[in-house]
Amino acid sequence: MEIPYTIQARPDTGLFNAKLGIWLFLASEVMLFGALFSTYILLRTGAETWPRGWEELNIPLATLNTAILITSSVTMVMSWASLMMKDFKKYRRYMASTILLAFGFLVVKGFEYGHKFELGHFPSTSNFFAIYFTLTGLHGLHVIGGIVVNSYLLGPGSKMWATQPGRFTNRVEIAGLYWHFVDLVWIFLFPSLYLL
Amino acid sequence: MADEMHAADHSIDIRKHVRTYIAVFVALLALTLITVSVSYLHLSIVPAVIVALFIAVVKGSLVGSYFMHLISERKLIYAVLLLTAIFFAALMFLPLEHMSDNLSR
Amino acid sequence: MEQVATSHAHADVHGNHEESGFWRRYIFSVDHKVIGVQYGLTALLFLFFGFTLMTIMRWQLAHPGEPIPALFFVVPIAAIGILVFFASGFKPSINMLLGALFIGMAGIVYYLTSGDERFPGGIMLPEFYNQLGAMHGTIMIFLGVVPLAVGAFGNFVVPLQIGAPDMAFPKLNAASYWSYFLGGTTMLVSFFVPGGAANSGWTSYAPLSVIATTGQTMWLIGMIFLITSSLLGSVNFITTIVQLRAPGLTFMRLPFFVWAQLVTSFLLLLAFPPLEAAGILQLMDRVAGTSFFLPSGLVVSGQPLQNAGGGSPILWQHLFWFLAHPEVYVLILPAMGIVGEIIANNTRKPLWGYKSLVYATVFLGFMSFIVWAHHMFLTGMGTTISTFFQTTTMIISIPSVIILTALVLSLYGGSIRFTVPMLFALAFLPMFGIGGLTGLPLGLAPPDIHLHDTYYVIGHFHYVVAPGTLFALFAGIYYWYPKIVGRTMNTTLGKIHFWGSFVAINFVFMPMFIQGLAGVSRRLYDGGQQYAHAQGVLYLNNVMSIAAWALGAFQIVFIINFFWSLKRGKVADTNPWQATTLEWQTPTPPPHGNFLKEPVVVRGPYDYSLPGHATDFIPQNDSDHSR
Repeated sequence: MEIPYTIQARPDTGLFNAKLGIWLFLASEVMLFGALFSTYILLRTGAETWPRGWEELNIPLATLNTAILITSSVTMVMSWASLMMKDFKKYRRYMASTILLAFGFLVVKGFEYGHKFELGHFPSTSNFFAIYFTLTGLHGLHVIGGIVVNSYLLGPGSKMWATQPGRFTNRVEIAGLYWHFVDLVWIFLFPSLYLL
Repeated sequence: MADEMHAADHSIDIRKHVRTYIAVFVALLALTLITVSVSYLHLSIVPAVIVALFIAVVKGSLVGSYFMHLISERKLIYAVLLLTAIFFAALMFLPLEHMSDNLSR
Repeated sequence: MEQVATSHAHADVHGNHEESGFWRRYIFSVDHKVIGVQYGLTALLFLFFGFTLMTIMRWQLAHPGEPIPALFFVVPIAAIGILVFFASGFKPSINMLLGALFIGMAGIVYYLTSGDERFPGGIMLPEFYNQLGAMHGTIMIFLGVVPLAVGAFGNFVVPLQIGAPDMAFPKLNAASYWSYFLGGTTMLVSFFVPGGAANSGWTSYAPLSVIATTGQTMWLIGMIFLITSSLLGSVNFITTIVQLRAPGLTFMRLPFFVWAQLVTSFLLLLAFPPLEAAGILQLMDRVAGTSFFLPSGLVVSGQPLQNAGGGSPILWQHLFWFLAHPEVYVLILPAMGIVGEIIANNTRKPLWGYKSLVYATVFLGFMSFIVWAHHMFLTGMGTTISTFFQTTTMIISIPSVIILTALVLSLYGGSIRFTVPMLFALAFLPMFGIGGLTGLPLGLAPPDIHLHDTYYVIGHFHYVVAPGTLFALFAGIYYWYPKIVGRTMNTTLGKIHFWGSFVAINFVFMPMFIQGLAGVSRRLYDGGQQYAHAQGVLYLNNVMSIAAWALGAFQIVFIINFFWSLKRGKVADTNPWQATTLEWQTPTPPPHGNFLKEPVVVRGPYDYSLPGHATDFIPQNDSDHSR
């Protein structure tokens, strides 16, 4: 017997296996970041003084990073749409742009971190910076994870398009769901850390 | 091959989808600009939180609904996310409630 | 395509998945049955090791200040190892590996019961006692019971019971096991770093844990591996149960064990991430010098701590218990599932109130997320919030009572077969009952203020987990052993194991209630000798210690039975217990892909003793109505 519903949806649930799997994983990620946001709110409301984000952090750079991540989300969804329209070349272009944008995000982030270190701001400086470095650092790790998955789907993993196009399209959809989630987390991190 | 059928069904829808994606993209960039502009007004903390979180929720819903296709997802996924949302809320508010209802204060 | 001739007839229709060789077959397999066995054996070894740590603690409690007889602890383990190793005939095999692992364990135990940094002059240091306490809890829960209940039984049994060829994501499944393995190894290695293993209790409360020795950092890294393993596993279990059920197997036809695993997986999925977050934060506190859990103005050994401050130790407790309370139900639900299967099979009756069992389990799972702060009544909690948590705690006892009642009522009117698994399952009922009922006073703030952190608490949760969950897990091992091995375990040895354990374990835990009510704190290194109020109940320390060592001796009976039956047990056919569920309707051991042809389910899980049939059981996939 083979494992069923790797490509086709199971009739009664309407889902293929990996689709349910990734949503369950994302649910657990919601709880992970939920706990961190909870920590942030709790420490901030309990603190005697807490700087406003704009006093300590670089808003123009973070705005640029927001734009980069939003754009990469669009290229990601376009790469999936290209596969749905059977245009493999377009898929490769969009997927490559997604990866490049993700690297761009990390480079900008690197400059931001570097500048903070130059100013002598470290995680141990204050709870504000502890939260800032931990949350953005963990988000950065998720970006790196996304780069790894997307690079696999652009490189060696894309051979599957020739043999099992349906399954490959599913994989790109799943990777996309993860990538949009990374974008979603940033959409909340950005105002909470920088703008408030 | 059943595989190709799956894709063929969608190819007309997909072109419509692509137009939606572009519209969402523009909306997301516009909302980002708005929320950043508001931050330069240096509002006091309560209105600032309300505005920033409202815009973030709108942006998040756009990403979730259109890029992640939650607008037309299966019931089972909604159920999982509803459950997660309830526990997320518990995790957010109960510790906070404990801190404000503390005998040592 | 590589087709390898194997000893048992493989009628696999898709032979292209055949593995070859010891390593690919048993070590790097992605087959759920092999991974289940890997989980099971690893978890049993850890259980035995965690148990040994406790027996060492009990020496200190019964004989504080007396030199430890190290060989008393080392020799039995070494003897088992040497026996198993030599019985393997020096061929590379699972037995040889297990023998070597037992010998290695004896080595670790020798290391732990000697050395000047632990036992100067043979007398245990308080610092080392703290390590034993923290690591006993951690190992038993995270490396023993959960991997056995969920990793082993869940992996081996669930796909078979739902008529699936494998888990939904086989490679993820293997990754989950190896992540668990890495986590376990990290925990073991932590005993050997300077300062020894973690010593801040299994709860790792801040700020104590933040300023503790290197072992705590290892503990956190190990926990992150274990959490990753559980998350991968739970995604896999839920997807498998929802997506891979055989045709006709509707949710209300699922065996109760599968329901229990489904709810358990949701608990792991949504409760573990906050602890992962907390682990990351504590790691930041320890490594990067942040102050998430360190309040301002902390003074350690007379020196003010150089840190930013402003953190909250109570925050750690919230994040920790957000996992650790659902974790209690992760420990108990699979056990209830196993007991349900065995009771239906051995009473030859359907489970009483199957639907109420299912609904109660789901409700229990839901409620378990909003009771956690009943562990924190002593943190200066105000009346509003403590009323909330007391209320939810009383509410959650209702589904627990429904489940226990339904299981007890299932016995009524049955012609009970007193097999070894059934004995353990029957013992589970009153033992879990004691554990559950003694929990009620702890869930209400006024009595909890008196009982908090006393031996009463230890007695309470050990009744739930040891003669509760562990007895159910033993029942499961005796019950499914024939499906895994093809032979049944020896009944006489099984009965000795059961009755010995049953008597001994009550002598270990019942006196704890007495000591706890007398006010003896759970963390005393000398068992309470220096406290006037403990003097009247000190004699119990000796009783409990002797009972604990006797309990250990009866587990050796189990180990002997386990290995002896591998080769010499009575040969079992496909369905030795005459059971209805799907795992018994396929050859033993099940082939790769599990079923010769896809089973089609036509009836509920427990069609026992239906009137008008020749047999007293009808398998779930048996559509022949004429019998």
